Parts: sequence; C-alpha cells; structure tokens
Amino acid sequence: MAGLQIDKLSMRFDLPNGASVQALKDVSIDLKAGELLSVLGPSGCGKTTLLNIVAGFLAPTSGAITLNEKRVYGPGPERGMVFQQGALFEWMSVRENVGFGPRMKGMAEKPKREIVDHLLNVVGLQEFKEKAVYELSGGMQQRVALARCLANEPDVILMDEPLGALDALTREKMQGLVLKLWKETGKTIILITHSVEEALLLGERLIVMAPRPGRIHKEYNLPFAEMGVGQDLREVKKHPDFATTREEILSMIWDMEEEIMGGKSA
Amino acid sequence: MNVIFELWGELKAVLLTIVGAIPYIAGYILLILATMFVWSFIKRMLTPKHDYSSLKTVTFGDESSVVSNTAASIISIVLIFVLWGAFTGSKLLPGFMHVPGPFEGEGTFTYTSTLPDGTTDDAQVTVLVHPVGEDVADPVVEAGDGFAKNDSMTIGSYRSALIRVADNDDTTRGDGAVITAIDGKPIVPSENVKIDFGQVSMTPKGTLNVQPSTGWQMEPIWLPSPEAVWKRLGEIATDGYRNSTLAEHLGFSLFRVIVGFILGSIVGIPLGYAMGLSSWFRGWFDPIVEFMRPVPPLALIPLVIIWAGIGEVGKIILLFLAALWIMAIAARSGVSGVRISKVHAAYSLGASKWQIMRYVIIPNSLPEIFTGARVAMGVCWGTVVAAELVAAEKGAGMMIMVASKFQSTDIVLMGIILIGIIGFSIDMLMRWVERIMVPWKGKG
Repeated sequence: MAGLQIDKLSMRFDLPNGASVQALKDVSIDLKAGELLSVLGPSGCGKTTLLNIVAGFLAPTSGAITLNEKRVYGPGPERGMVFQQGALFEWMSVRENVGFGPRMKGMAEKPKREIVDHLLNVVGLQEFKEKAVYELSGGMQQRVALARCLANEPDVILMDEPLGALDALTREKMQGLVLKLWKETGKTIILITHSVEEALLLGERLIVMAPRPGRIHKEYNLPFAEMGVGQDLREVKKHPDFATTREEILSMIWDMEEEIMGGKSA
Repeated sequence: MNVIFELWGELKAVLLTIVGAIPYIAGYILLILATMFVWSFIKRMLTPKHDYSSLKTVTFGDESSVVSNTAASIISIVLIFVLWGAFTGSKLLPGFMHVPGPFEGEGTFTYTSTLPDGTTDDAQVTVLVHPVGEDVADPVVEAGDGFAKNDSMTIGSYRSALIRVADNDDTTRGDGAVITAIDGKPIVPSENVKIDFGQVSMTPKGTLNVQPSTGWQMEPIWLPSPEAVWKRLGEIATDGYRNSTLAEHLGFSLFRVIVGFILGSIVGIPLGYAMGLSSWFRGWFDPIVEFMRPVPPLALIPLVIIWAGIGEVGKIILLFLAALWIMAIAARSGVSGVRISKVHAAYSLGASKWQIMRYVIIPNSLPEIFTGARVAMGVCWGTVVAAELVAAEKGAGMMIMVASKFQSTDIVLMGIILIGIIGFSIDMLMRWVERIMVPWKGKG
C-alpha cells in the first residue's frame, strides 16, 4: 500500500521531576500519495511531536510510521522538511542551499544545476540565486526552503508552521505558492499550522488535535484547497462554507483552551 | 586584624592620590567639553546639514545617533602629543607652547653672615645651572670686600647642590659666624627662602642647599620628548639593542605568539569539537578546561620556567596553554550553538554524519572560532610580553625591561608604543580575516 501510514502512534516521556507527559495517544492517520493534510490544534497538543516522529527525529514509545510499505526508523531524504525559520545554511548562497540535497547524493554538477535553476524559476527567485540567504526577506527565505526541499524529490513534505513568521500579506502569497506546488508536483504534504484559516485553505484533509493526551479530535475533508488552486484565495475565503467551518473549528479550539484553563485552576 | 589596618592605610594613600589628581582630571574634562562646544559651534557655522540623523530631535538616549566623532578622536590624539611635547620642551612645538622649563644659566643670590658681636656682611653667590652631562667650570667671581667673600658654583639642571659659603670667608663657623639671611630674607636651619631662580634651604647644621627651579617640564629620564623617542627608534632599528636588531626583538615576540597560537588552535579546536559533539568528551574535559581557563597564563610563567627553562620552548608552551583553552571553549560553543533545525534539515536532505560535520557544524562554528581567535591572539600578545619581561634573550618585553634597568626611558616608551601598535594591528588583521572568511557572522 503506497502512501504514508501513521499507525497507533503514542508518545510518552518522563520529566526530570518524575512526572511523565503523554504527548500523543493512539494517533492513526492514513495518507494516500498526493494528499494534502493540515494539522491544527491548540499549543501543547503534540502537533510538532507528531511531525518530528514522522520525520524520524523522535522515536515513538509505541506505534509505527510506514512510508511506501517501509517502516521509518530515522530521518531520510524521502521525507523532506520545511521549518518555520532559520533552517537555511547562511554560509551558502541561495543556489547552494537549493542544491544541498542533490550535492549530498553526489549528483553531477550539470543535472544538479538544471534542477536548481528549474526550482528557482518555480519559486520565482532566479535572479537571487547568487545572493546570500541572509540578504533575502523572510518570505523569500521560505521560498528557498521550499525549493531546497523539492530539489531532493521527497515523497512526503513535512511543513512545521512554514509561514508562521511571515507578515499577513506575504503569508497569503506563500499560501498560493504552496497550493501551486502541491498541484504541480503531486507530493504528499503534511502541514502543521496555528492558523485556522491557513489550515482550511491548504488542507484537502484537516485534522484538529486535542491536548492531554495529544489525540485526533475531529477530521474534515475539505474542498477549499482544490478550489484555491485555480482561484484567488480571497475568493475562496468568501465562500459561505468556509466561514461556517472556520467558526466551527474556532469554537472547538476555544472550548479546548477553556478546558485546559479550567483543568489548571481545579 | 593587622591586615585590615594595613589595607586601610593603603586605601587611604590611594584615595589621597586620587583626590590630588582631581583638579587635573577636572581640567581635562573641561577641556573636552570646551573643544566639544567650539567644534559644534564651528560645525553649525560651516555647512548646516539636513540629513536624517541631523534632523533627529531625540539624540540623548538614542544609541543609534551616537557615533564616534572623528574630529574628537583627532583632537584627542593631537592633544596627547601636544601635552607630551609641552611638558618635555619638544622642539616639534613652538616655544610659546612649552610649559615653563627648568632654570638654566647664571643666577645670583646674596647671603648675610652675622658675627656674634652683631656685625654683618653680605656676599654674592653666583650659580651656573647647566644641562646634565655638560662639563662646565665654576664661574669666575671677584672676592669682593668685607669679611664675607663672594662664591660661585655649578649645578646640573633638575639637581640641587650644597654649598658651604663660609669656607672662603675671613670668618668661619669657629668664630661664631652664622648665615642669617638670604637675599635679605632671614633664614634659620631647616627652613628655606625663595630666590629669583629657585629656593635656598638651610640644613640643620647650617649649610646652604641651592635648588634651582625645575619648572613644570619633565626631566628626560622620566619622560623623554617625542623626537627623542623617534630618534631612538631610528637608532635601535639600524643598530639594534642588546645584540639584536629591533626587527629581531619584535620578530621573536611575534614568532612565539603565532607558533603558540597555531599549536593551541590545532589542539584546542578539535578538543572543542569533541566536547561539543560527545557527552563523554564533554564530561572528561569540562573540569579540566573550566579549571584551567580562569588561571591567568601569567600565573603559569614560574612553573613553565621551572619545567622548560627560559628558552623558546618554555615561551611557546606558555602561549600554547594561553590559546588552548580559549580556542577549545570557542569551538565548543560554536558547535553547541548550531540550531537543531539546521541539523534536522540536513538529515532530511539526506546528509550523512560526516557531511553534516563538514557542511553544517564546521561552518556554523566558524564565527565563534574567529571570535575566540581574536581573544586568543590578544591574550597571547599580552602574555608573551609579560613572559619576556620575566626572562628572555630577545623580544619586545625583554627590550623594555632591560632598558628600564638602565633608565633608558626613551626605549621603554618606544617599546610600549610599538607593542601597542602591533597588538592593535593583530586585532585589525583578525577582524579583516573574519569579515572575509565569515561574512554570515551574526546573520543566522
């Protein structure tokens, strides 16, 4: 069975003071190749832990990740990762950053150059390719991060709040870019976000997680990502279903937050 | 308890010195403020600027509007040389800028000798004050009339001399003759009287001590003039000092620093990497590094001399140790400072451990290592000079230490200035290399 299976994932770790934290409990997700999943939830619900386990940076206490029928035990190039910020190598130019994955594989200079040039065209940074990454704006840096991830031709792209540090306008443009890349490359994408709107816009499937223990609270199948591919994202937001779903999820998260607060005071 | 009293006494002495210096410090600050106001006035008169920073209304407290004023730097440096020249009577400055110098030339004063019966007689003493080192004969004077006879003497400038004026008189102390006045002003033993060109004091036994005025200028043995230092620089550069040329002295110091620093880096950087990458190595070396780091390298000099003697090996071991801990700690914090997301990203892009070392950890640690290298070079330079002060055959520190024993203050000053220039140049060079090698520093 192709695609990415997350099977009964649990994560529990001990704190130095003797207590233990159940970060994830029995999380199962079955993702077909080419699906775009966004994961939403209040802070502390284990979203990032989930992503780190899928990426292979953490070993779960129980459960398994299977990608293309192979168990995942550690990080690997078939699962690319886009971080929030600061994961670019500032000692390399834009071109060298994007070409990092192919270079690690020992790819020859010519095909590597072709891949890099192509991807820089896709993300619209062709004229900045010899610049140092710290000379670019935040939005441009995230475009480099996307291109760097794509250059390695991963099967799955994991995005940990990739647009979280961008200003609202840049963020909107980048959301369009992510949708475009998803449609053009047909990659499986897991996107973690704090923003309900972003999760709705970019999630073909949307999972809302609840904290303590981190678990799947509700799952949606949404039409908006598909709509957004050909359209202005602002038009999508005007859709009546968009507003109702947003309100529903927002009040769901508010309830969870209140529960946490209540639990604390009790 | 005794220690506390002793320290209190020392503290009082220090405080008194500071209090004594307050007028000079206040004068200097007033001078700074005066030049500041004059300069801002001139600037306002010249070309009123309307760039962004001159239009700021809030400048006090705005850190970005405070930049080093070039004019102030120039005036400050020029002033140091002007003061130096003024207080040493430098030929580089026009005479009117000199502070009063020591009295030189001929001066006279009269003394009054009184016999027990009350009869008095005056006689004149002619004093020739000459620069130290010149050979001069006593001025020839006529004996004059009366029982007190005229005298003459020579004194080197900045010196004083005793004179028994009664020796050539017709009457002596045996007759009960005593000196009762100088230039008509009464004098008794242990007191002094001002004369035209200085002062005359009387010893408890009644001998006169003539102290020509020294003025405000410094004697060359305390502070030689700028041109004397410059001239000495030329002499030492061509003729050398203590069997070595100036280039050899400085070259040996630099050689020790560079070899010690490179050896320290060769060992220290891998050590720091090991400590940054392995818990076992960190645990193993942390106590050693953390203990050795606060030990000033200078405190190791005696041990190094006992173990390795005063030759090159000892010096280089000392500088190696000075650089080692600094470089190890810099490399360690360079490795520890790598953002985990960068390492994660590299793993996700398919990099092996070795590739992560080569393409992520090492480049990421370079800015810290360069900062460490700058500190280490500074410490090594300071340590080598100190080590040479203690014992060395050649070297900048040895040169000034030997010169100070012979009171060649000009060589000492020249050496200090050269040591400062070299230290400053090393720092500038390291900064330049840093800009070229790690342009991404602080941009992560």
